[in-house]
Order: sequence, then structure tokens, then C-alpha cells
Amino acid sequence: MFQTLSTFLPELFLALSASLLLGFGLSKTNDRSVIVRYISVGVLVVFAFMGYVLDRPDGVSFSGLLFNNDFSDFLKAIIGLSAAAALMLSKNYFQKESLDRYEFSVLTLYAVLGMSIMVSANNLLAMYIGIEMQSLALYILAAFNRDSLRASEAGLKYFVLGALSSGLLLYGASLIYGFTGSLDFETIRASIALTGPTTGIIAGMVFLLCGLAFKISAAPFHMWTPDVYEGSPTPVTGFFAAAPKLAAMAIITRLLIVPFGDIIGQWQQVIVVLAVLSMVVGALGAIMQTNIKRLMAYSSIANMGYALVPLAAGTVAGVQGMLVFMTIYIITVIGVFAIILQMRLRNGMVEQVSDLSGLSKSNPGMAFGLTMLMVSLIGIPPWLGFFGKLFAFVPAVEAGLLWLVVVALVASVISAFYYLRIIKTMWFDEPNREFIRAPRTTRVIAIASILLVIPVLILPGLSGAALGLADSAAQALFAQ
Amino acid sequence: MLIGLHHYLIVAAILFTIGVFGIFVNRKNVIIILMCVELILLAVNINFVAFSTHMAPAAGADPIAGQIFALFILTVAAAEAAVGLAILVVYFRNRGNIAVENIDLMKG
Repeated sequence: MFQTLSTFLPELFLALSASLLLGFGLSKTNDRSVIVRYISVGVLVVFAFMGYVLDRPDGVSFSGLLFNNDFSDFLKAIIGLSAAAALMLSKNYFQKESLDRYEFSVLTLYAVLGMSIMVSANNLLAMYIGIEMQSLALYILAAFNRDSLRASEAGLKYFVLGALSSGLLLYGASLIYGFTGSLDFETIRASIALTGPTTGIIAGMVFLLCGLAFKISAAPFHMWTPDVYEGSPTPVTGFFAAAPKLAAMAIITRLLIVPFGDIIGQWQQVIVVLAVLSMVVGALGAIMQTNIKRLMAYSSIANMGYALVPLAAGTVAGVQGMLVFMTIYIITVIGVFAIILQMRLRNGMVEQVSDLSGLSKSNPGMAFGLTMLMVSLIGIPPWLGFFGKLFAFVPAVEAGLLWLVVVALVASVISAFYYLRIIKTMWFDEPNREFIRAPRTTRVIAIASILLVIPVLILPGLSGAALGLADSAAQALFAQ
Repeated sequence: MLIGLHHYLIVAAILFTIGVFGIFVNRKNVIIILMCVELILLAVNINFVAFSTHMAPAAGADPIAGQIFALFILTVAAAEAAVGLAILVVYFRNRGNIAVENIDLMKG
């Protein structure tokens, strides 16, 4: 009994906590947003470690809809922790904008529940339910500042394109179901092994990948990303940049390795095309941007392209490289958004790159921190970003995709331009304004992220353990 | 004429294409986009139910799963329409109209 229960205990815990917190927030008229936020952060941290601490057995639950193994445990840990960090970042922002409502925390919990179902889905139906559960909560979060025209426009754009992507995904799922006779990942694999990749199966797979490419904002399905990043409240943008991307990347990986594992020749070219387009669009699109949130949107498009490079290899090392790269990217991007949230003048937030000019004189600590994070995003050796790219690109070279790695490196060099422009603005331009003192939570999260991207401080204790976890996660996926 | 599986699939493909094109070609009203989304989901439902009823018996084949999936899509589509319309109302209150060509505050 407990063994069956324990295979979906994190999801159960999250669903119960979210529902109880919803009731708790509703029950009284006085404002409970602060206490609900702290409880939610606690719930997310507990959820993140549940998989590892409980040492649960691998196994299926709900008659094979969910499959729990090291792969899903690893992803749940990263998703839970990054969502907790994003929730903490939202505290001061929403209080200053007098938007602090407890629904924000509850919606974040429901979004994480959806992501949790996505990363352990072992069936097309569970995958769809997880994606929708996540997306419906995220549409509302994007439009959370409901008196702002920008935020509601961002929510509307996100909703329309998200609904379209769900449609593409479902059409693909229906074709896969029709041509293999099953929704279960392992049965689909067995059926494909029997019939070979027929036209129907390939068409279904391409539709599925197109639908999921919307969710990771890979080009050519990226058009919503800059607008949604710019329009949404900044803490929400920070959340969007981290956890949902990882969850969607995870379900793409699971689809490619488990049901379509035997037809790598068919999907490799699709992934390569998505990767090349994303890297090029991300590198070139960001050059002209003046808004730092839009710039980070293009940066995330480029980074999703880099993350797809090891996936195209389709090997254990490739999946491990993708997981390491995404983890490092998430650590860095949360630090960047913690610093963007500190760009506050007396009369409100600013988000232009030019607002950072002369930051090294007015606020040297913040300038130094953002410089560290930008250098890590460029991928210069001693910083963690370099190791992310190293782990991502080596498996692709080993799989014979050398030209893809060359494209990735060229894109990295191009994108170094706009990261360096931010550094130049901070250190060499004349100061024109001074930010007010940042609240403690954003400073603490920014400092934690900066300490993590300077690996000298945490090597070798932490990184060795983290690499081992990523490796066992990748192994588990292939053993499935 | 006997109506077979491919007839259903062709209808579903046509509906799906109309839905996708409707989202991109329509320049007038956001409500039409929401209708197009519903059209896409219904095309998928036709696909699922047609595959489910015409499935040849084989090892691992699960004819009921498609019908269950169709029911789930109907449920989720209702939730999605509720969220979509709520966001649309919020947008309308801020902007004063819902013409697609006016949704251009952010560009680039």
C-alpha cells in the first residue's frame, strides 16, 4: 500500500498543500498573502527533496500513467528549488506594486504540480494533462498584474500561442495513437519496433515536437517569448525563464528516448533544425534589444538551442549534458532576474539596459554581481557557464555532430556581444541615476546564485555530487 | 458508399487546418481566435474517436484509451476557454477593444 502511494507522493503532497492553502487564503477576509507565500516556499523545498530523501522505489502509478525514477526525481528537485527561489523573489516586488495576493503562491504551486506530472509522465494522456495544468496556471500568472495593459497583453499572447501549441501537440498525439494503437510510452516503442517508422508515426512525432518546441520557445516557435517576457511582472518572468523550460525540455527528452528511442534517425534532424534556428535567432535577435527583459528572452531562446545540441546526440552522455547545462542555466538566470528586480528607482521599476549605466560607481556590488553572471552566460572558462557548455557540446562532438557544435560556438561568440555590452554599460558609461537600496531577499538570492557560478568556491564537493545525480538521472531514462 | 476511417481523418485534417489558418489569418477579433482553438481541439477529438472505433485488434492495442482521451480534451478545453475568456475580459477592461491589429503594444 505505502509502496504504491510513495511512487506519487510528491505530487500528492503538492496537490493537497495547494488545495489547503487555497482554502486557507479564502477563509478570512484579512490578508494572508505573506504567510501563504512562506508556507508555499516551504512546501516547494520539501517537494524538491522528497524524491531523494524518501529513497522511493522506482515504479509506475495510476496504471502506468506516471513512471517515477531517478530522472524525474532529479528534475523535480531542480524545478521545486527554482520555483521556491522565484516565489521568494516575488515577495518584495508584489508588495511594492500593491499586488500581493495569496493566489499567486497557490497558482505557482499548481504550475509546479503540472510540471511534476510532466516530468514523470509515461503516457501521452498524462503528458497532456501535466502540460495543460502547468500552462493554465502560467497564463494567469503572466496576466497577474491585471490593471496593466502590458501584462494583460502578455497574458493574451501567451494564451493564444499556448493554446495553439497544445492543439499541435494533441494532433500529434492522436496520430501516434492511431498508428501505434496505444498511449503508453513503452507500448508505443514496442509497436514502432514491430512496424518501423511509418509516415503516420513520423508525422505524429513532428507535430508533438512542434507543440513542445513552443513550450521551450525554440525557434521558429519563439515569437511569443519576447513579448511575454517583457509584459509579465518581473518575478513571473524569472519563473518562466527557469522551471517551465526545464519541465518541457524533460518531456521532450523522455519522448525522444523512450517511445521514439529506436528511430533516432527520424527525429535527429528535427532537433538539429530547432537547435540551429534557436541559436541563430537568439544570438541575432538580442543585438538590437534595449529592454533587459526582452534581451533575456532572446538569450533564453539561444540557450534552449544550446540545450538541444546534446539532445540531438541521443546518448546517455547527451542527456546528462542537457541536464547539467539546463541546471547551470537556471542557476544563472535566477541570479540575473534577482538583479533585474533590484533596478528600482524611487518612483518604480526600470528595465532598460541604459538604466544600468555607471552602475559600477553608484552600486559596485550589484555591478560586480551582474558582471559575474554575464561572464558565466558568455561561457568564459573559470565560471560555471563554461562547464555547462562543455558538458553540452562534448557529447554532440562524440556523436559526430561536429558542424552543429561549430554553429553553437559561433552563436556563443555572437551572443557574447550583447552580454559584453551590458558589462560595458555598467563599467564605462557615465552614471545617470541611482537605484534605491534593494530588499534583503533579492540580494540574498542574487548572492547565492553568484557564489554558485564561481565554481572555485564550491568545487569539488558540490559539483561532483551534482554530476553524479545528473548521470544517474540520464542512466535511469535509458534503462526504462 | 461506406464511410471508413480515412473519411473521418480527412474531415479532422480539414478542420485542423481551418483552425490553424484562422488563428494566423484572422485580423479582426480575438473571439474568433478562441473559436479557432476550439475547432482544433474538436478536430483532434474526431481523430481520437475515429481511431478508437476503427482500431484493428493487435497486441498492445487499446481502443478505449482514445475515447478516454477525447473526454479529457473536452474537460480541459472547457477550463482553457474559461481562463482564456477571463484574460480577454481583463485585456478589454484595460484596452477598450479586442481587435487583433491593436494588440501591438510590444514589438521587436
